[in-house]
Amino acid sequence: MKATDIRVPDYFHKVVDCQWACPAHTPVPEYIRLIAAGRHDDAYLVNWKSNVFPGILGRTCDRPCEPACRRGRVEENNEGKPEPVAICRLKRVAADNKDHDAVRARMPKPAAKKNGRRIACVGAGPSALTVARDLAPLGYHVTVFEAEHKGGGFMRTQVPRFRLPEEVIDEEVGFVLDLGVEFRGGTRIDSMRELLAQSYDAIFVGSGAPRGRDLDLPGRKEAAANIHIGLDWLASVYFEHIKSIGKRVIVLGGGNTAMDCCRSSRRLGGEDVKVIVRSGFEEMKASPWEKEDAMHEGIPILNYLVPKSFEHRDGKLIGMTFEKVRAERDAKGRRQLVPTGEPDAFFECDEVLIAVGQENAFPWIERDLGIAFDEWGLPNVDKATMQSTLPNVFFGGDAAFGPKNIIWAVAHGHEAAVSIDKMLGGENIHERPEPGVSLISQKMGIHEWSYDNDISNDQRYAVPWRDKEATLKSIKVEVELGFDASMAFHEAQRCLNCDVQTVFTKDACIECDACVDICPMDCISFTQNDDEAELRTHLTAPALNLVQSLYVSDALKTGRVMVKDEDVCLHCGLCAERCPTGAWDMRKFLLETTQAGPGCHKRTAQRTAA
Amino acid sequence: MTYIAKPKLHHPTLACNAIGFRRRDYEGKISTLCAGCGHDSISAAIIQACWELDIEPHRVAKLSGIGCSSKTPDYFLGQSHGFNTVHGRMPSVLTGANLANRDLLYLGVSGDGDSASIGIGQFVHAIRRGVNMVYIVENNGVYGLTKGQFSATADQGSKSKKGVVNSDSPLDLVGLAMQLGATYVARGFSGDKKQLVPLIKGAITHKGAAFIDVISPCVAFNNHAGSTKSYEYVREHNEAVNRLDFIDVRAEITVDYAEGEIVDVTQHDGSIVRLRKLSADFNAHDRVKAMNYVHAAQAKGEVVTGLLYVDPDAHDLHEHFNTTEVPINRLGAQELNPGAETLAKINNSLR
Repeated sequence: MKATDIRVPDYFHKVVDCQWACPAHTPVPEYIRLIAAGRHDDAYLVNWKSNVFPGILGRTCDRPCEPACRRGRVEENNEGKPEPVAICRLKRVAADNKDHDAVRARMPKPAAKKNGRRIACVGAGPSALTVARDLAPLGYHVTVFEAEHKGGGFMRTQVPRFRLPEEVIDEEVGFVLDLGVEFRGGTRIDSMRELLAQSYDAIFVGSGAPRGRDLDLPGRKEAAANIHIGLDWLASVYFEHIKSIGKRVIVLGGGNTAMDCCRSSRRLGGEDVKVIVRSGFEEMKASPWEKEDAMHEGIPILNYLVPKSFEHRDGKLIGMTFEKVRAERDAKGRRQLVPTGEPDAFFECDEVLIAVGQENAFPWIERDLGIAFDEWGLPNVDKATMQSTLPNVFFGGDAAFGPKNIIWAVAHGHEAAVSIDKMLGGENIHERPEPGVSLISQKMGIHEWSYDNDISNDQRYAVPWRDKEATLKSIKVEVELGFDASMAFHEAQRCLNCDVQTVFTKDACIECDACVDICPMDCISFTQNDDEAELRTHLTAPALNLVQSLYVSDALKTGRVMVKDEDVCLHCGLCAERCPTGAWDMRKFLLETTQAGPGCHKRTAQRTAA
Repeated sequence: MTYIAKPKLHHPTLACNAIGFRRRDYEGKISTLCAGCGHDSISAAIIQACWELDIEPHRVAKLSGIGCSSKTPDYFLGQSHGFNTVHGRMPSVLTGANLANRDLLYLGVSGDGDSASIGIGQFVHAIRRGVNMVYIVENNGVYGLTKGQFSATADQGSKSKKGVVNSDSPLDLVGLAMQLGATYVARGFSGDKKQLVPLIKGAITHKGAAFIDVISPCVAFNNHAGSTKSYEYVREHNEAVNRLDFIDVRAEITVDYAEGEIVDVTQHDGSIVRLRKLSADFNAHDRVKAMNYVHAAQAKGEVVTGLLYVDPDAHDLHEHFNTTEVPINRLGAQELNPGAETLAKINNSLR
């Protein structure tokens, strides 16, 4: 193998699994250390800079970081059940404990002087608010159009209050709008043509994927009064147009919206609430923890049942019939649902909530404006720049590529803001800015590091819940209480500090094997070089996780090379402590994605500006 | 040296041996030696060898004297018996323990100061008597704990860290061991575990006095230019006479080698030490020739490593003494003190 070039930002970025997995590339270990130190304001601001909504995401994020977390892998085949660090809920700790005024004082101020450029954002969801946050302090005049009276979009109207209190949304939407953003609530954009005619310099569409999919089955029309589209129903619950539901409820669908529907039903009078999905329990789209939360509230999830018809009597829904199926692979290896041949299942119910997916809908964008759409009705959007086929119109969030989640919407917003800033600065928006990277030694003394390298053996802490009796009585009572100070500290200590990198200096190495002997995870080997596939098999411990890199040095004095498997390194720094010559050092790798502003412009442009 | 304990977490693929232990279970406390000390690598090799041989930790007794090397038994086999003796007196305590309980595996760990200076008298007699043990000397040619004076194994003409040239003749522990009748004599290097681990495994399964001299560089006081016990010097002058493969009793023996001379040495317990000859004119079965070979190489400044001499049919102290098969510490009062009548009978037989 060729020697690893650690100057390439991606190399160490990949080692920080959580940050790499996060669409917004939040420097996770950095803020977790700050939480452990009780520096909640600092932790909040590290988050706020990357993901704009720490308090909201700390309760609702899809947390792609957690399945990626190295802690889950290193606990494998050790004691207990392997679990990642509770990254998402630690984020909430920072948001809950920060000082509102202090963090606000450290946020950017509204631009003193406007630059004369006008940007329109359609929708006030996470992607559009991110665009506004990134551009307004730079002097852009950003106008956010929102059909509802308050900002927040899906986060406010569809995510139920028992998961996300309204104050949290008000606070974090407020932080953005206070940056000198013009907010036009209660203003629905009905025509892109008319919006274009107002000659904004750029338009960002962050209108979400607002249409819930319907299920056209026999009986749908006749029993319509008792059948609701989940997304619309959740919004009606939020606006308090709906305050109760029948005692027996069936929720169709296996996504997170279905989980919100069933749990909301339990709080509005539903006593016998069940979720019924077509496919298997394992294949459900809902996050595992959301399924667990629903089941914890006494909601069974029945699988392999394909809805067949709505049964009704005298115009009133009485139940639903399902066909029983099982999963089978066909000749081509594709998974298919095949009827089992058993008699159909009938479940009595008073109301049905349909949560079988959501769709993008752009009836307000005229198709002759130069904005191209594909066969599924999605706009043609560049994945890197978020630009549509009409150069000054950008898309982000669910509006761009269909339903995803909040953190992806934020990431899209950042990219779109960079594109808009570059485009209006006359630059090629396809040249994306490099991230800001630093790599700094953490050595403080012979055996002292500026991070806590003593590895915690604790198992993951569960977030305490409010009593079930209390939470099921009201839809507005938040279920999770959040970590207290002690739990937050101990959970934060489970973080391995993967951003503190093991950096090897070949010329200092005397090949004494001290690092090999001390490494608790057998990550380090000194061996003859070979091609990667071969090398992976004859290391101190086999490197079986192919997505994790091998760190390979140039040839040492004996002709061998140092090979380190990054997969399950604890970043405990013992290799560096045991190294007699300082060939190993622990250095903190901090990567910050470059957002809109001077940093995203070409160097020459920056120099001229200076 | 590190201040924090080695984390308990281990690699997910780390396997259990036949008695259900992982390699990490054979570790001891965190080492307090200097970072980069060769001794820590030897500890790691002992851990590896014991894990591979499925050794029950409670069947091992670790004995040592005083010095950096003699501290190391604290850093491996944390669940075994241990005894830290007075300086240089490990061999006699080990001999006594062995006489009392012949069923344990005796691991004597010592250094060049402990064995070649203050304890040389003890060392030679334990070897002479053929005590069934593994005697490891962690040899760095320097008194590390007292900041770098030459030890008795430092080569004549080698330089101290301060630049002083050693004028005394070195004591050759390997030569002594062979001459005094050790039946398994090897030399290893702490920087080459591929060679060292099988050497230790062979010594553990050998019945009789097994002696391993392990060159173990002292990074603090003896790893500079002019030293003959530095990582660099040993690597440059290492002449391995053979490569060892240790073959377990249970393993199926397959012969898949074509060329080069291979000698299989069947040990007392049925396990096999397979010697892959690297030097054509070296014979590990001939004590006198091996001694000559090692001395000739030494005169040229080479460090001969590998299994230097082995007698698989060796006898140990208990056979020499014709002691009871049942360990003495398990005999009852009746057997140990057969009474005045028996004593009179014995006395009479001697008159």
